[in-house]
Amino acid sequence: MHRDEAIKELLFKMADDALILGHRNSEWTGIGPTLEEDIAFSSMAQDKIGHAFQLYTILHEHFGEANPDILGFKRSEKEFKCCHLVELPTVDYAFSLVRHFLFDYADGLRYEELQNASFEPLAQLAKKIKGEIKYHTMHANVWIKLLAQGNEESKARIQSAINEAMPYALGIFEPSEYEKTLQEEKIFSGENALQTKWVETIQTLIEKAGLEMPDITILKPQLGGRKAYHTEHLKPLLDEMTEVVRMDENASW
Amino acid sequence: MYGNAFIDPNDPRNKQEVEESQELLDAFQAKIDNGQKIEPSDWMPKMYRKQLTRMIEQHANSELIGALPEGTWITRAPNFKRKMALIAKVQDEVGHAQLLYNAAETLGKSREAMLNDLMIGKAKYSNVFNYPAETWGDIAVIGFLVDGAAIVNQLINSKGSYGPYCRALKRICAEEAFHLKQGHDNLVALAVGTPEQRQMLQDAVNRWWQPLMHFFGPPDKQSVHSEQLMRWKVKLASNDDMRNQFLDQYVPKILELGLSIPDPNLRKNSETKRWEMSDPDWDEFYRVIKGDGPCNKERLAVRRWVKEHHQWVTDALLRPERVRTVPLA
Repeated sequence: MHRDEAIKELLFKMADDALILGHRNSEWTGIGPTLEEDIAFSSMAQDKIGHAFQLYTILHEHFGEANPDILGFKRSEKEFKCCHLVELPTVDYAFSLVRHFLFDYADGLRYEELQNASFEPLAQLAKKIKGEIKYHTMHANVWIKLLAQGNEESKARIQSAINEAMPYALGIFEPSEYEKTLQEEKIFSGENALQTKWVETIQTLIEKAGLEMPDITILKPQLGGRKAYHTEHLKPLLDEMTEVVRMDENASW
Repeated sequence: MYGNAFIDPNDPRNKQEVEESQELLDAFQAKIDNGQKIEPSDWMPKMYRKQLTRMIEQHANSELIGALPEGTWITRAPNFKRKMALIAKVQDEVGHAQLLYNAAETLGKSREAMLNDLMIGKAKYSNVFNYPAETWGDIAVIGFLVDGAAIVNQLINSKGSYGPYCRALKRICAEEAFHLKQGHDNLVALAVGTPEQRQMLQDAVNRWWQPLMHFFGPPDKQSVHSEQLMRWKVKLASNDDMRNQFLDQYVPKILELGLSIPDPNLRKNSETKRWEMSDPDWDEFYRVIKGDGPCNKERLAVRRWVKEHHQWVTDALLRPERVRTVPLA
């Protein structure tokens, strides 16, 4: 049973991250900086929300949790396990781009590892999602490079967004009390190991783009999301997301 | 009036230029009469270029601004299916704008110039997008009826004479067919739902009916009709014909769901096979075109926001060493 709890916790935080980031990225639909970027962010939003749906489906089918629409649209803020990075509002393209860069490299590495998980439904899904994330990271990297090497202002904006987002990005890897179980059960090697791989990957890319990697040893990671302590931004997001469905809890839409 | 704001050919400023010899004009007309498409590098009369640019540009603007009323409901869509479908649908509209701006660019006006003209209110877009989407019911009505009206218009235009526009429209119509399914599915869910859902839907139908009747433009008896545009296959059907076709296709579908249409005088004349209706308020139509609709200012403010907040992105992407090339959509 310990194994089940461990897998459930992993699935919930991954699904919640995907749903909330997908929601945030969809806020660019119609108002993106260029038509091409508008379309790209909408695509990635659809993928992310699709990933959330599939992860909730595993929770529903294998662990007796409610169906995906209930898990996604009818839980309270205190039941969400997303990290703070995905909750922050969409106000600035540089931040959205950097968030997508930092998150998707972590996501890609996570799914790469999970395709070998001993829990077959997750391994299968990870194989599929990994292929999609490849395009997300490719997109992020192209744009980070383009803007880092565009002009002084664009470089400064991207650097400043990296500096701002980094403590929140470290919150992706908030350790879980189930890590030992996940390791013993050959599901996942743990957040710490993932973070190490991630830092190596993004540090290389950031430096290649001519930007500076912040010294993460002196940063305070923004933790708490995995324990359901959230920023002040999640509650209004959920209120908005559930505005229609709350009109009539029993209606079907 | 999705992209049908035509230029008055009788305006002296639009008089054909002297170098447009009868010989050239005849050859051009013969090509169109043969069913051949006009391509960007072909010779074309100045008026043809002007009309097409205006028409495609306005269509592109309509797609882009059309993303806004629906876009505001993406974050409120009530479940996974609706949320993903709505993002995909609105994304398609932005994609259509992109395709159409590319097609318009082949006539010589840059995308940037078109977006600037849109922002300052110089270039128009369909009036229908100057109305707000007040409830989730509006999303069903827009998805089914506004898209349905747009398809009527676009299918007709896809038979036109300008190659790049026709090819863009062909692709657009294929995608719009999915939008219609999505809109219909949403509409049915509300129509067979709780009394509150039905009421929300009926209210939305009532609100959107007049803008939908305005959609195809003023009645034929009022609109400036140009034989020339018809001969050039720039305009392919009259406003009344398109409106009639829309009513033929959609009135039965609305009524079969038990919804009502807010026009007691709407009926099909069995002899003429034409729809008769109360005259919509055309003063309002012209007021909205001139910028005084419920959402004109808000829509342009959004375009301004996009421009102001992303100038730095555009600046970073523009490199002086990159030479501008003319796209061949």
